[in-house]
Amino acid sequence: MTALTEKTGGPRFASGPRPTGPFAGRRRPGEAIIRFVLRMAAVLTIVTTIGILIALLVPSLSFFAEVPVWEFLFGTRWAPRFADASFGVIPLITATLWTTVIALLVAIPFGLGAAIMLSEYASPRARKTLKPLLEILAGVPTVVYGFFALQFVQATVLRDWLQLPTGAFSVLAAGLVMGVMIIPTIASISEDAMSAVPVALRQGSAALGANRMQTTLRVVFPAALSGIVAAIVLGISRAVGETMIVAIAAGSQARIVTNPLEQGQTMTAFIANAALGDSRVGSLEYNTLFAVGLLLFLITLLMNFISIRFVRRFREAY
Amino acid sequence: MTTTVRPSPKAPVRISEPLGTGRHGDHKPAPLIFLILLWLSLFVAFAVLATLLVTILVEGWTKLSWQLFTNYPSASPDTAGARPAILGSAWVIAATAVLTLPLGIAAAVHLEEFADKKRWFNRMIELNVQNLAAVPAIIYGLLALGFLSLLQVQNKNIVIGGALALSLLILPVIIISTREGLRSVPREIRDASLALGATQWQTVWRQVLPASVPSISTGSILALSRALGEAAPLLVLGALVYITFDPNGLMSGYTTLPIQIFNWTGRPQEGFHQLAAATSVLLLGALLLMNALAIFIRNKYQKRW
Repeated sequence: MTALTEKTGGPRFASGPRPTGPFAGRRRPGEAIIRFVLRMAAVLTIVTTIGILIALLVPSLSFFAEVPVWEFLFGTRWAPRFADASFGVIPLITATLWTTVIALLVAIPFGLGAAIMLSEYASPRARKTLKPLLEILAGVPTVVYGFFALQFVQATVLRDWLQLPTGAFSVLAAGLVMGVMIIPTIASISEDAMSAVPVALRQGSAALGANRMQTTLRVVFPAALSGIVAAIVLGISRAVGETMIVAIAAGSQARIVTNPLEQGQTMTAFIANAALGDSRVGSLEYNTLFAVGLLLFLITLLMNFISIRFVRRFREAY
Repeated sequence: MTTTVRPSPKAPVRISEPLGTGRHGDHKPAPLIFLILLWLSLFVAFAVLATLLVTILVEGWTKLSWQLFTNYPSASPDTAGARPAILGSAWVIAATAVLTLPLGIAAAVHLEEFADKKRWFNRMIELNVQNLAAVPAIIYGLLALGFLSLLQVQNKNIVIGGALALSLLILPVIIISTREGLRSVPREIRDASLALGATQWQTVWRQVLPASVPSISTGSILALSRALGEAAPLLVLGALVYITFDPNGLMSGYTTLPIQIFNWTGRPQEGFHQLAAATSVLLLGALLLMNALAIFIRNKYQKRW
């Protein structure tokens, strides 16, 4: 019985009908209240999600009453503060896409490389020192990354050293630094997935004469693929939602970005910048924040659920 | 003494390392290049980290003085300091801790110790917590903004508002890490306590929670250090303000260290960039201290069952 509940993840204390007679155990009157309080704390997380939905939906609905959804999603000019205001979100989307794609081009190869190194090659002792070091990267505040992107990557590396034709801001600098920020996310989840692949598979591969590279690429990597996909999707979600790096280093001009050396305003940077100006509650300007926030939330929600799905799959496989 | 020890055929052979590792092929060109690439990817991550640290240290070196701790922001970079930001960060993080720790730990105790995981409602809570942990920080700012507007709060730049946004932001992180701590307490401890006649709550309160205090505090400190470095939600709540007084309560106006860094980074004068770098050093120092404390607690007090 206990083995069964362990496997299916049952409660710590056996569930089902309460034992009666001499095995009933002691009951204290106050405990029902304590349990209720604990349950309410857990329910609060659901309330948070509902709160987010309501907080985003209500202003968004009044926004869409004034601006058609069609015009918002497919309009190509974003100028909410101009006299001839226009609410096409495509410019914000292109900037978000550029920074996200650049970040992933950095984070996927280096993150996976680090994960393979830690899971397949490093000795247990080396892993014990290297992994916390890698996690420091995830602990650096994003505003410090933003400062680094603007002052060092953009001003010194791209402009002074490489002599690239770029201004004070660029989506390239923001994307590159954001990529470094996401490396630990991708490395840590992929490493978990690869470590979960049974040793027997590696032994079988080695017994057939494969070297470590072949074993890693042809046996471990495919076996851990669902976890790796989950890591990448979560990386996308973090890149889309990252605010401070792009608010500092990507610029604040909302226009369709065709070249990574240009500046551009992402969805998150728009929310951060627009919130700086004191807009009256209920005004169209105020509601615009929440409409963009809703779009951002829905995109990351989709990514998170895909990621959670894939993580479950690799947990079930082994 | 020279006799070779042979394992008797009946003795179980414990394999912790794969026997044939395939190491023999590592000297061929392709695997060698592969190995170099792997080292390179770790190296790039660390090189960037080192460059970042050197950059802010070099840039901020001249401004790292007591003036940073004692002076208020000013229009001139020579006299400006981050005193209100330091105090503001302390207020906001303290309020966040008070709000979120009891809630997060209680929710984790419910999910791990009492909830029946086969019921759809509890599974939904679990899925929801996982998702909330990955919701962008700025969305929590919008949530708090909407909530404060609903309460008809005019000035949204108050300590309790910022603490509310940050609490909700790190709540899922605290729940997840606390659950891991509770899970590491072996079932036998619970069974023994129940067998001695304790109720479930007495078991949790007197056995399980005390045993998992080290891992819970480690996880909580790490979550709070994330809140300390976070700027986006507070930016939405209007924390980017010029403050020349010490924040002195939950309803007081405030600014925090990350917001102050953001502010100074955006100024054109070089002197403000140096101040931003110096404040970044300060912030990283505080985070490093918190992380060191967390690691110390984990190594010193954590029990190995």
